Amino acid sequence: MAYSGRARESYQNELANLRDQGLFKEERYIHAPQGAEIEVEFPTGNPPRKVINMCANNYLGLSSHPEVVAAAHAGLDHRGYGMSSVRFICGTQDIHRELENKLTEFLGTEDTLLFPSCMDANAGVFEAVLSEQDVMIADRLVHASIVDGMRLCKAMQDTFKHSDMGHLEEKLVEHQDKRFRMVITDGVFSMDGDIARLDAIVALAEKHDAMVFVDDSHASGFIGKTGRGTHEHCGVVGRMDVITTTLGKALGGASGGCVSGRRELVEMCRQRARPYLFSNTVAPVIVSGALKVLDLISATTERRDKLETNTVYWRKLLTDAGFDIKPGESPIVPVMLYNAKLAQDVARDLFAEGIYVVGFFFPVVAKGQARIRTQLSAAHEKHHLDAAIAAFVKVGKKYGILGLGKNQIIEKYGL
Amino acid sequence: MDELKKAIRDYVVKEYLEEGDDRQVGEDTPLITGGIVDSFSMVSLKRFLERKYSIQIPDAEATPQAFDTVNSIAALVTRFTKG
Ligand SMILES: Cc1ncc(COP(=O)(O)O)c(C=O)c1O
Repeated sequence: MAYSGRARESYQNELANLRDQGLFKEERYIHAPQGAEIEVEFPTGNPPRKVINMCANNYLGLSSHPEVVAAAHAGLDHRGYGMSSVRFICGTQDIHRELENKLTEFLGTEDTLLFPSCMDANAGVFEAVLSEQDVMIADRLVHASIVDGMRLCKAMQDTFKHSDMGHLEEKLVEHQDKRFRMVITDGVFSMDGDIARLDAIVALAEKHDAMVFVDDSHASGFIGKTGRGTHEHCGVVGRMDVITTTLGKALGGASGGCVSGRRELVEMCRQRARPYLFSNTVAPVIVSGALKVLDLISATTERRDKLETNTVYWRKLLTDAGFDIKPGESPIVPVMLYNAKLAQDVARDLFAEGIYVVGFFFPVVAKGQARIRTQLSAAHEKHHLDAAIAAFVKVGKKYGILGLGKNQIIEKYGL
Repeated sequence: MDELKKAIRDYVVKEYLEEGDDRQVGEDTPLITGGIVDSFSMVSLKRFLERKYSIQIPDAEATPQAFDTVNSIAALVTRFTKG
């Protein structure tokens, strides 16, 4: 054993530093399936208590849907528990290809390749399709998994200011000497809940000969009239070159991700993307559940419509109560508090009131931008949201922040 | 502020501050630890310096510490122009 006392002490110090800085993350144990109401053990050791969940990515409320669970059971019976293989050796079943084809149809693309997760899809895709001769131009607020994927790729990296089309165009002009340009963005940004201007991005990309990549993890299944995603919302279905997305949020919430898009780009991923080549296949039960999810949401828009109704209602409740929220249309609704300690205190008090939300602060969001991120679900009923707003108002009053704007909150609590 | 520092400052303001962001950038304003520039978007600053001053800054030298203030960036550029 060479785990010396020096090594242990060094790690212990590092962990203690995280604690001192308030950056130490702790899990909370949930004694129930995912849903609008869950039983949470917190702090650890306490008896579980029932709370309304407003921090899951369970946008369509399908994570524990009886038909999805039944389909997963059937998949387990017919295709087994695991495949014990990567895809290209002996890990591809008929249902894997069936799911890829259904995703292709749903997303309006040319082909799709499943990955163990969207983190893996983002980690593998850039390296698989771009080289030293190319440039990646990313929105500065893209998800961490995209940042990591770009770091693994030899193409030149550049960024543009968040959703700033003028700055993006400057960069596209600057990089005309490159073989290929790829513009990279999230569809719905996970911390602010704002929606990328994909129509403007596609227009610029067409003008300056660039490919467009979107990570639609927080959009697939519910953004756009029939829930196809940000490209549907922005009227550019069929003009996207690469879409990555996850099965781990709205689309059943289990796990798995994909790269979908131009046929050759997807095939390059099948040949070269390392997380696809060197990590185990998505389990048959998850594939079976995801197939059912796509059937359900292709048959009716009921669930995404309900999510939209909930979103509009919740945004209005918060606004009318005097909270400072990030405006927008997505079911990610950040309640802005600016001060990190205030965000933590408010989240803790809301939990005591039976509402489960989480405070986010630097380095997850920019300094001085601390917030509570609330997320809606089609599993929420009106009474859940009414109960939630009552708790928000009670806690908001306690801290005297109702009706205060950004500068007033900062004046009161500092940054 | 001399020419070099002014050029660096002007680039930082243009490239990293959003419209309406009225933070002042001085010689000693912490850029990275202050949250104005992050390590992800820092690459364009490095490339700007390399192009404008015809230098090569090895990745190992382009650390967040070296890029944290206009002063430290200017020192880095000076070191490599003297090469
Ligand atoms: C924008 C975005 N991309 C990718 C991921 C990763 O997805 P997965 O959980 O499938 O790895 C997430 C999830 O946190 C995300 O928010």
